[in-house]
Amino acid sequence: MSFSKIKFDKKIVLSFWIILIALIIAAPTLLPVFRLNLLGRYLSLSIVALGVDLIWGYTGLLSLGQGIFFALGGYCAAMYLQITSSSEFPNNIPEFFALYGVEKLPFFWEPFRSPVFTFFAIWIIPALVAGLIGFLVFRNRIKGVYFSILTQASLLVFFNFFNGQQKLINGTNGLKTDVTQLFGQMVGSESMQRLFFWVTAVLVIASWFFAKWVVKGRFGNILIGIRDDEPRVRFTGYNPVIFKTIIFSIAGGLAGISGALYTVQSGIVSPQFMTVPFSIEMVIWVAVGGRGTLLGAILGAVFINYAKSLVSEALPASWMFIQGGLFILVVTALPEGVLGWIQGDGPRNLLQRLGLKRRIETYPSLEVNNKEGNDE
Amino acid sequence: MELLLDSLFNGVAIGSVLLVAALGLAIVFGLMGVINLAHGELMMLGAYTTYVTQLIFKLPILKPFYNSYIIISIFLAFIVSGVVGILLEKTIIRKLYGSPLETLLATWGVSLILQQFVRSVPLAYGTGLVISLLIGLFLPTTFPSKIKESINFKYFKFSSWIFATLTGVLTGSIISSSVSKLSRASARNVDVTAPSWMRGQVEIIGTAFPKTRLMIIVITLISVIAITLFLNQSAWGMRIRAVTQNRQMSDCLGISTEKVDIITFGIGSGLAGVAGVAVSLLGSVGPNVGGNYIVGCFMVVVLGGVGNLLGTVLASFGIGIMTDLIGAGRLLSIWPDMPLPLSNTINFFATTSMARVMIFALIVLFLQFKPTGLFPQKGRMVEN
Repeated sequence: MSFSKIKFDKKIVLSFWIILIALIIAAPTLLPVFRLNLLGRYLSLSIVALGVDLIWGYTGLLSLGQGIFFALGGYCAAMYLQITSSSEFPNNIPEFFALYGVEKLPFFWEPFRSPVFTFFAIWIIPALVAGLIGFLVFRNRIKGVYFSILTQASLLVFFNFFNGQQKLINGTNGLKTDVTQLFGQMVGSESMQRLFFWVTAVLVIASWFFAKWVVKGRFGNILIGIRDDEPRVRFTGYNPVIFKTIIFSIAGGLAGISGALYTVQSGIVSPQFMTVPFSIEMVIWVAVGGRGTLLGAILGAVFINYAKSLVSEALPASWMFIQGGLFILVVTALPEGVLGWIQGDGPRNLLQRLGLKRRIETYPSLEVNNKEGNDE
Repeated sequence: MELLLDSLFNGVAIGSVLLVAALGLAIVFGLMGVINLAHGELMMLGAYTTYVTQLIFKLPILKPFYNSYIIISIFLAFIVSGVVGILLEKTIIRKLYGSPLETLLATWGVSLILQQFVRSVPLAYGTGLVISLLIGLFLPTTFPSKIKESINFKYFKFSSWIFATLTGVLTGSIISSSVSKLSRASARNVDVTAPSWMRGQVEIIGTAFPKTRLMIIVITLISVIAITLFLNQSAWGMRIRAVTQNRQMSDCLGISTEKVDIITFGIGSGLAGVAGVAVSLLGSVGPNVGGNYIVGCFMVVVLGGVGNLLGTVLASFGIGIMTDLIGAGRLLSIWPDMPLPLSNTINFFATTSMARVMIFALIVLFLQFKPTGLFPQKGRMVEN
């Protein structure tokens, strides 16, 4: 694939950033509360999309189980919020425990009393779980479709576990956060939501830079090498298992942060975050935006979710058709995604096809046939 | 003894649904390296076919044959799902050959569309559509070779599609006007009632077994035998096996891999339809019915390995029996006075959903020792 990126003037880049920052600061006054909340949620989803882009777009690992790490991050945040606002309930434990007759706090809730622990848990616990799952799978050279369906199966396992354990984490009802307190304020209140929006926006930019840093240099080259020809990477003397495990746990950590931000803005975390369709949707955001282009993942997540909410408001039944069509279309007609198409040869080819630009003669094997069927 | 038999029977019953559902998936995966995420939805189509057949057999003309509808619906389900599968192969999967991950995503898109299709299109017209597809795809192949080779074949093809569309619309409106339940779209679950000879229980060695479960086991048995015979005895079966082993070599030796792909995908999808009949006997049928079984099928494929039916059979019965053993907490009743921590653990996992958790953990553990499943393909390759 040709990743010939368009180089911009420094002044243009600077003014772009200034406009972006101004928009982020002004967003709460420009948008109504409902829309702001939606935008904040979609921005937080774009962080998990960044992780998907790292593992799928760069490393070629199609995970259908990112929902696990997303939900784990969400649960960590929600447990902290529930436990700090439970002082008026019997036994000083969150209210829902009383429904199931639980009087003592389950042991794994205890550390979440501390805000410092929670701050780290939100991204470290998902990263550790991802690393463990990844290591066990990659160690045996399980890859490709096998990896995808194993991640999907583990997603279902986590879903079943969280869904079934009422006495530990309120099972299928999930944990509510919008009526809990943080810094003496209601999490669901308008001022808090505005704060969360800003935090999300900053974190999206931060994780974008982080992801760019990850794929830069030799580490990124090895990731791309694993995607394109893993045996050759192995024969060159690198151990792909380590690199795959690291990048998978990075993606898991990003998913955790994303889940926590999404939870506080949507007001609830529940096993619904771990359903199969949601995790596959994450992949399609990246696919539409452009795999292997980090910005594409962010834009894809925000725009597709926005389109989803607009279409679902207008014609509820048609979204499934549109989404299904999108999956088929993007895979068959636009495999590089929208941003990849723009950055690649897409516009030039289009102009050539319309007869507006002269076709450049190239040596056939140079540009053509980049997609080799290396699975045979 | 009785308890053991009971447990074994339950396990085999769970396993046989898994087996018939995973059989098609395993064959297609072995041949093309493609996991079809729409497999569950093809099962759903099979289940809905059973429902439609049942309602049509309630019409006055067919009423005398009502008791045999379930047998006929097995064949119909095979055809319906097979036709949809062939269409899927011809339009989408063929284009994505060599990129299995992309196929995964595209078939997921197909599954979403199929789910919503069942919700928002009346079943009568859905039946009409399937009939038009069937005629449109197969009528041109029955033309004499003189027409097939003539330059005007595309016009013949075109006119057969027009004929197919008209027939489809006609059947759709006939069904819709005669069976009122099929004339409206609904997202609600529907129920298939077994014919009277399949209700009730049979007593074998002092234990009572529900007849529907036995029927499912019989369906599975017949499917497995039929597919084994087909793969091992028929000419096309030999070609399928050849392409599974070495695609390029078979291509060089003059086997039309394109045709092999279509036939295999059609059969795999048709088997999903048969599985749908089995599923419709177990509970109510809805747009999401396929999703409940699909991950289990994937596990069977992962555990059983590629390109070996015996692996698929053993894996599905293994998973079935384990599900029953763990999910119903049978180990406790077999060994009542086990130490407390052990029995607590077993109690913790003794629900259907927690049994899945346990089984997945066991499968991952198993894959640590045998990463390519029970019966890996032999040969030396860098890539498996």
